[in-house]
Amino acid sequence: MIKDAYDQTISSFTVRIERQDGPGSPSYWETFDVTYESDMNVISVLQRIAAMSETATGEKTTPVAWSCGCLEEVCGSCTMVINGKVRQSCSALVDNLLDGTDQELVLQPMSKFPVVRDLVVDRQRIFRSLQRVEAWVPVDTYYDMGPGPKVSRAQQEINYPLSECMSCGCCMEACPQYTKVEVVRADGESDADYDKRVNEAYDTQFIGPQAISQAMLFNSHPTGAQIAEERLELLSGPGGVQVCGNAQNCVTVCPKEIPLTTSIARAGRAVTVHKFKKWFGKS
Amino acid sequence: MSKPRVVIVGGGLAGLSCTMKLCELGVDVDLISLVPVKRSHSVCAQGGINSCNDQTRQIGDTEWKHFDDTVYGGDFLNHQPPVKEMADWAPKVIDLMDRLGVTFNRTQEGFLDRRRFGGTLYKRTAFAGATTGQQLLYGLDEQVRRWESQGKVTKYEHWDFLGPILDENRVCRGAIAQNLRTMEIRSFPADVVVVGSGGPGLVYGRSTMSVMCTGSAASRCFQAGAKYGNGEFIQVHPTAIPGADKLRLMSESARGEGGRVWVPRKPQDSRDPKSIPEDERYYFLESRYPEYGNLVPRDIATREIFDICVNEGLSVEADRLCVYLDLTHIPKPELDRKLGGILDIYQKFQGVDPRDVPMKIFPAVHYSMGGLWTDYERTQAGGLRVASPRNHQTNIENLYAIGECDYHYHGANRLGANSLLSCIFTGLFVAPGIQQKLSGMTKLSSEYATVHKAAQDEHQNRHDSLLKRDGGNENPYLLHQELGQVMTRSATVVRRNDQLAEAYETICDLHERSKNCSLSDTGNWTNQNVVFTKGVMDMFPLAKTIVKGALQRDECRGAHYKPDFQFPPLQATTDQERHREAELWCDRFEENNKKWLKSTIAEFDGEHPQITYEDVDVSIEPPRPRLYGLVGAEVIEQVWNDRRAKRSADVAENQAAAT
Repeated sequence: MIKDAYDQTISSFTVRIERQDGPGSPSYWETFDVTYESDMNVISVLQRIAAMSETATGEKTTPVAWSCGCLEEVCGSCTMVINGKVRQSCSALVDNLLDGTDQELVLQPMSKFPVVRDLVVDRQRIFRSLQRVEAWVPVDTYYDMGPGPKVSRAQQEINYPLSECMSCGCCMEACPQYTKVEVVRADGESDADYDKRVNEAYDTQFIGPQAISQAMLFNSHPTGAQIAEERLELLSGPGGVQVCGNAQNCVTVCPKEIPLTTSIARAGRAVTVHKFKKWFGKS
Repeated sequence: MSKPRVVIVGGGLAGLSCTMKLCELGVDVDLISLVPVKRSHSVCAQGGINSCNDQTRQIGDTEWKHFDDTVYGGDFLNHQPPVKEMADWAPKVIDLMDRLGVTFNRTQEGFLDRRRFGGTLYKRTAFAGATTGQQLLYGLDEQVRRWESQGKVTKYEHWDFLGPILDENRVCRGAIAQNLRTMEIRSFPADVVVVGSGGPGLVYGRSTMSVMCTGSAASRCFQAGAKYGNGEFIQVHPTAIPGADKLRLMSESARGEGGRVWVPRKPQDSRDPKSIPEDERYYFLESRYPEYGNLVPRDIATREIFDICVNEGLSVEADRLCVYLDLTHIPKPELDRKLGGILDIYQKFQGVDPRDVPMKIFPAVHYSMGGLWTDYERTQAGGLRVASPRNHQTNIENLYAIGECDYHYHGANRLGANSLLSCIFTGLFVAPGIQQKLSGMTKLSSEYATVHKAAQDEHQNRHDSLLKRDGGNENPYLLHQELGQVMTRSATVVRRNDQLAEAYETICDLHERSKNCSLSDTGNWTNQNVVFTKGVMDMFPLAKTIVKGALQRDECRGAHYKPDFQFPPLQATTDQERHREAELWCDRFEENNKKWLKSTIAEFDGEHPQITYEDVDVSIEPPRPRLYGLVGAEVIEQVWNDRRAKRSADVAENQAAAT
């Protein structure tokens, strides 16, 4: 059980949610009363709200839309801004959130991605950025060719944490240089035309910490490194690593504690070397 | 003539590996997924992936032994040729994932590290920390993104598969799906549709599965006429952390790395667990199964934990059932390197560091061994014929099923670290067969425009009428909770016919009530309410199949445990008497197999599943009693081995006489 500021055991608590009916619609706030249960997280709060679909003042409303998946902080789906902080909502435990001075939960969608509805945002840009940096190992074939190149334990221990990145978007939300790009669909525009326009808009903007870190991950794999210069060329272009303003917010908010600033520093140095090589005609 | 296309439903390990292999073979793919494929449920797999390997091979392991462990672990309900093929491929699958850059743990010398998992005595399991599923999924996701950038794959993420499109001959000609944002319903013409949609954990309300694991895709195929096999075989994982929204998995790898399960000998001993002396702890798995210890197969570990809490009253807590899973004796750096991911999960959700304090865990619904019935083509040698279009095709022509949502490989109980293998293996293996299938087609799906249009209209009407429906007062979220409760109560660890019969009635009632669900959102933009309601309605056919299958199967096999039909343990105290009892036990075992060593096959008649039984191909290794060295059951094993030896001797003699 949790207690309020007067040490009274509370039976319910308030949840304020910033809602939006669709892209381009104005946002508005709704308040809900949720009955307290032990071991609640923000997901179970949203599940209760969906089931009752009634505001604190007793008015019927639509269920709040949100994204979630694994509920154990490995899929990256349920990112939102909770009491002002970007994080995964599955691991946001009510007992911890209501501990201290906050007596209510405030849930908002991420601000750096276009809102689809309520707490659901469109994070396609994250996956597009992985395509831009060619975040893959360019193997010849999927036929059996024996084992991969030998990797030392030390190298594995550097790579594994980078590979835990679940593309949740926290680092981008917290980054001052990462700004929202929202492309409005024209009437009657085909999927292909719209996607093309969206990608063009994304491709000139800052690629963000996760993609830089993934580029470094693949550049340190023996086969992945075969296209290392292509990745560095991309990272030295518009929206590349030089956009980073070194605020270091990314590493602070990363739920997986990935050393993003280390990756960015590595990328910065590698890009410098890459540029020198280009000037001297070696690349 | 336009180019053939394949639609793949589901972007987990099975769907992605199939996609990338088809792309390599030159086939274009439309990939439909509820979530961005990188967020598929495969990310939740923790412990690892099995194969016979260089180290185990040198102490006597072979692909055959991996096969044998798998069918013994599955209580011989697995068709054996697919299992044999999978075990033979396993080393190659891991080599491929290694080449794709998966960050597997390494030994000091740089080789893949391995650990032991349940149901085997060999260290077969390759792993990447305790997030192996995530790492494998990312490896495949990256490859599919590579093909996407070349235009070979078109991803339809945030789309809900509504069903296969069948022509007048009930041949599959495509898929219907709905965009979860715009709510657009669209038909996707396809010459082959492959469903790799995972398990139906949400039928149980809370489980270790992700929220999108509703089973709806498989259910929609089932309702369209696809057969469903072995539905009642649901794996309950022994070690999970109970939670309000989800039961979070605590990987078997915790035991693989030396974790020990115990309870205080004194019921609800309230002392700090670390202060309880060794002789006042009951390591019940180690003491009952000295050979396998904490790594008995999951169904056995689950039943023992259940038994110790429910029947022996030794739960650690009085008001909540749980036992200790203890890692505190293992050095912290080793724990961090090999199990960091899951220990962080425990710490984040329970607020306690399992490196310092034993974890409190209890079993939870985890995996479906059953799934859509699929065909295969067997070779003389006992494996599968490579590139046969029959491999993994359902009974609906051109509709395939792979991964957790098919019924192969795991029989009555799945061994840990075999699911990642079966998912990737099926995805890769099925691709050349599909290519063969496509190359033999004379008329492509693009010529079935009227069929596609009709299917799209039908689904659109159904959707519109659901939105318009008024007067109903059933709440889909509460119906889902009720369904979860009745399923968890009746069809998990211990099953009783009276409870199952009652549960079936309740589910029928809930199914009827679900037809009166009222929607709290009737809009046509990102309407999660209507999508959830449809998903809940599609849970009932599967729930009925699970419960009816369990009700009819009067025996104990793997995860399906009915105490009323359990063989009693040997009672006698003299050797001679025990031997006689063991003979009777083995007679009964053979008789029971004659009756029940059969796959349950369900077909849906619109209201109820109709059940028939199919013989299991056990031609490679004959079934034997599944005892795992249980203390007190040694004589059964001995009697069985004597019988088997005598039988082989008789066969040899007959052959000699014949020649």
